[in-house]
Amino acid sequence: MSVLEVTGLEVRYGDLLAVDGVGLTLAEGETLAVLGANGAGKSTLLAALAGTHLPAAGTVLLDGAAVTGMPAHRRVRRGVALVPEGRRLFGSLTVEENLLMGRYPRRPGPWDLRAVYDVFPHVAEMRDRRAAVLSGGQQQAVAIGRALLANPRVLLLDEVSLGLAPAVVTRIYDAVRRITAEGTTALVVEQDLDQALRVADRVQCLLRGRTVLEAPAAGLDREAVADAYFGITPDLRTQEN
Amino acid sequence: MDWLNAGVQGVLLGGQYALLACGLSLIFGVMRIVNLAHGVLAVLAAYLSLFLVQQGLPLWLAVVVVVPVFAALGYAVQRGLFNPALAQVRARGAGGDSRGGGSRGAGELAPLLVSFGVAVALTSLLQEVFSADTRRIPTGDLASAGVPLGPLSVGLLPLITLVVAVAVIAGVQLFLARTPTGRAMRAVADDPGAAALTGVDPRHMYAVATAVAFATLALAGVFVGMSTQFSPGYGDLVLLFAFEAVIIGGLGSLWGTLAGGVVLGVAQTIGAQIDPQSGVLAGHLVFLAVLVVRPGGLLPRSVPA
Repeated sequence: MSVLEVTGLEVRYGDLLAVDGVGLTLAEGETLAVLGANGAGKSTLLAALAGTHLPAAGTVLLDGAAVTGMPAHRRVRRGVALVPEGRRLFGSLTVEENLLMGRYPRRPGPWDLRAVYDVFPHVAEMRDRRAAVLSGGQQQAVAIGRALLANPRVLLLDEVSLGLAPAVVTRIYDAVRRITAEGTTALVVEQDLDQALRVADRVQCLLRGRTVLEAPAAGLDREAVADAYFGITPDLRTQEN
Repeated sequence: MDWLNAGVQGVLLGGQYALLACGLSLIFGVMRIVNLAHGVLAVLAAYLSLFLVQQGLPLWLAVVVVVPVFAALGYAVQRGLFNPALAQVRARGAGGDSRGGGSRGAGELAPLLVSFGVAVALTSLLQEVFSADTRRIPTGDLASAGVPLGPLSVGLLPLITLVVAVAVIAGVQLFLARTPTGRAMRAVADDPGAAALTGVDPRHMYAVATAVAFATLALAGVFVGMSTQFSPGYGDLVLLFAFEAVIIGGLGSLWGTLAGGVVLGVAQTIGAQIDPQSGVLAGHLVFLAVLVVRPGGLLPRSVPA
């Protein structure tokens, strides 16, 4: 059975249909990268999966059970953990307190403080500092650690690279690779195609709220992805030529 | 000697103000609501205790009853009144983004207006039920008992009040700093949307905070009722002094609130020592001076709460 199975998802912001009939499946241990340009509906899709913005139509099944209308705080107890865009750490709490907030749902599993500190050794050194004083890369590591400590069935990562220096992004994705390699099921939303392809088994491209491309990550035709980004169909390309 | 006495009496008076202000400070610290019904609710707790004592209950048992009743009332008021008002703020201020607070809009005032409505309605209700006559919770000789302190004599009741105030503030502070629920409360204060992503229901956590605040407020109300003649309108003065203590100490900091209460108490007694009519005025002037010189208060959010 799929860990996550989404069908016919529609998500609205007022009159705007940001996600328009998207479906996706995530098998146990798999990593899916959702790609697309700004405004393609990627973050909105994640919001609907995490329960922070409920969909207008469609279904979300987690381990076969419907969680479509379940609010975020109950969904994380069921095993959906989101690393939100902009990291959203608790600035007045220490690094370790931020991580311990991930333990709030009390889900059993392999991830504890020690395991997170093993993956992010520099976070361990900062455990008593307030999260607000960390650099962007350090904050991102803490945000990922916080989500992992919920021992999620599926880890949702939203634009992890946003606002970080390329070297820092590479380090963060090194860690993400280790996390997914150890069997964590993950859905990654990312602008940076190279980083996404380093961790993903499959990619799914969104354009104006619809899926325009689904393909395995291995041997992916980058031109096809670029076309999907900008909505250039094969017909169109033929005409141009 | 008179000045020393005035100072010591001021510190003791500050204990009462700090105890009154603790709940106000906690509610503001966690959800940025100024609860204008704070004062009249403390007076309600005093009336309720007085009623129970008149029914023959010993005072300590009345306190044991009233404090949990107020905690439950706090939870219900938050879920029923303040949370819907806060939702209005978030919807208005945040737009599509789920990140709460920080933005302006007419909805920002909703919780304040709701608490104002509670305050005026409750004051009128108390007047209907208990009349406008002043009352006092009978304490036997506790209110007049004194203990020698060096060359001075200090009242036993104010001394107990100060000890209780320090204990309550230390207790709430420890709860916030050391327990998982307290940690979750600070997380919700920082970012309710992100807290929801870790499994915390912000609406529930707000209600827990208000329950704790109402419990401390009820305790404070009983101490006010024992030491002072009170009437339904007395809540205005209680709110005023509690609010000044919170602002002087620094919004959102509980130890700051204790310091603020003491500063206000000392200012009032020293002021009264200079001119017996000017005690309250001196307190207000110190409050104003702090606003001008240190708008953030003496200990602004040094300890996040």
